[in-house]
Amino acid sequence: MPAVIEVRNLHKSYGDTVAVNDVSFTVQEGEIFGILGPNGAGKTSTVECIEGLRTADGGAISVLGLDPRRDHAELTQRLGVQLQDSQLPERLEVGEALDLYSSFYRQPADWKALADALGLSGKLRTRYGKLSGGQKQRLSIALALVGSPQVAVLDELTTGLDPQARRDTWALIEGVRASGVTILLVTHFMEEAERLCDRVALIDSGKIVAMDTPSALAAGVAGTEMRIRFRPSPQIDDELLTGLPEVTNVTRRGDLVEVTGTGNVVAAVTSVLARNQIVAEQLRVDQASLEDAFVALTGHDSPRDGSGAREGER
Amino acid sequence: MPSSAQTMSTAPVAPAGPPGPGGAALRRLTVTELKLFGRERGGVIWGVGFPLLLLIIFGNIPGFRAPVSKSVHGLSILDAYVPILIAFVLAMLALNALPAGLAGYREKGILRRLATTPVGPGRVLAAQLAVNVAVVLAMLVLLVGVARLAFGVALPRHAAGFALAVLLTIGALFGLGLLIAAVVPTVRAANATGAILFFPMMFFAGLWLPIAAMPPVLQHVSHATPLGAAAQSLTDAWQGHWPQPLQLLVLAAYGLVFILGAARLFRWE
Repeated sequence: MPAVIEVRNLHKSYGDTVAVNDVSFTVQEGEIFGILGPNGAGKTSTVECIEGLRTADGGAISVLGLDPRRDHAELTQRLGVQLQDSQLPERLEVGEALDLYSSFYRQPADWKALADALGLSGKLRTRYGKLSGGQKQRLSIALALVGSPQVAVLDELTTGLDPQARRDTWALIEGVRASGVTILLVTHFMEEAERLCDRVALIDSGKIVAMDTPSALAAGVAGTEMRIRFRPSPQIDDELLTGLPEVTNVTRRGDLVEVTGTGNVVAAVTSVLARNQIVAEQLRVDQASLEDAFVALTGHDSPRDGSGAREGER
Repeated sequence: MPSSAQTMSTAPVAPAGPPGPGGAALRRLTVTELKLFGRERGGVIWGVGFPLLLLIIFGNIPGFRAPVSKSVHGLSILDAYVPILIAFVLAMLALNALPAGLAGYREKGILRRLATTPVGPGRVLAAQLAVNVAVVLAMLVLLVGVARLAFGVALPRHAAGFALAVLLTIGALFGLGLLIAAVVPTVRAANATGAILFFPMMFFAGLWLPIAAMPPVLQHVSHATPLGAAAQSLTDAWQGHWPQPLQLLVLAAYGLVFILGAARLFRWE
């Protein structure tokens, strides 16, 4: 498959602040590629160089074989963009915005169908200033797609959406990808990256610290360790569990038992319990997630922990 | 929503196609900006209604319609005021509406967003200018029309001179408006800057005290300010003279400097 986006040794600084430090990655055709990282990590600076909004200080970028700065006019025809915080005029109606933006492109999508797909068809006569945060976000996604782009760059796609709207949007993005659009997704939501992305680049302090599929990242960092938690009834002797070769550790929290282990630890534990006629109440099994990988690789508690509440990259 | 996602027409486009949107997009943009201008009620009432209100008030003061022979060449005070009101309308839109609009577009990231589309921010600027100039010209026709029909004020006697004076005034004032938009960071700062410049400039244009009635020193200062030169040129043409070359030159020079400065300093974000 040909590379749709190719970034090689990208550097970008603002004064003395290094925002992007030697970032390289490629995005293949039809892929959903995620850029994940804490606020201020350099995610937005990276995609703004790809969009041609900023000039890189060093390195090379190619999008659909085009140079984002030199071939900007052609690139805008084929690259759909959703910016992190851009607004529209307060008094512009939703339908007017879609109609206006569709007039910019050689091959616009049917904006009415797009509004329909994003649940905006009842809002076409509503002014931008009267929309809820979620509706504004969906309009922003619609405007990114109204030019029938080959590539879409979506920055903080679902920020400000409620959980249901977030899931709907994810389904929509999967539909967009199914229609052949390559997607570059900037996010700090682990769940979003796990659900949508084929591959993820983890960025911290301007550098890529890891790049792989979400499940490989999770597995690579935390090994294949699993955590099993349950309330045994009747109580159980710890030695029954620590004697198992798969079990690495047993701890107790009140009457809850927490077992960590590798390999087939779940089967080993449950069969010991069954043999001793012990029922495991409130049984819960946790596997390492992308979030664990993130914490291990960046040292931040969560992706929202970082230099501040907002991307300090302007 | 998930089921309808498949029906969306976001199919990949052919790699090469006909040239970009060009004129159609600019037209659509201009029409949209015009609609938005109409929806900004406060701005329209203030910018368009206030000079008209002044005209009607002055027109209904009996003394203002009687000819005054000494200072203003046998014309009524009202005759002398109409060109000043025209300068007022031009300044109102150029110094208030235009910079506040553009600063707002920049502050809200609208210009940035448009920079990622084929239309580009340059056409946005052109559409904004086109709308403001169109509104100014419509206002000018309205003011002159009301003055003529309701209060019997004569039409400009030197039409070519008047047109040239209007053109150069638009260049100087909208140039200044663009320069304000280029250097102010926020809408609030744009409004403040516009207001701070507007009132002294209108003073030198003779809004409160006709230029001809000013002491000689103030007259000289007035002729060197953009609005003073504008008001004097408009008045001269109105009374049937070709505007003084020095004042046309002053207007042209201001226009050139402001527009070059704005082009140098303008930031899209």
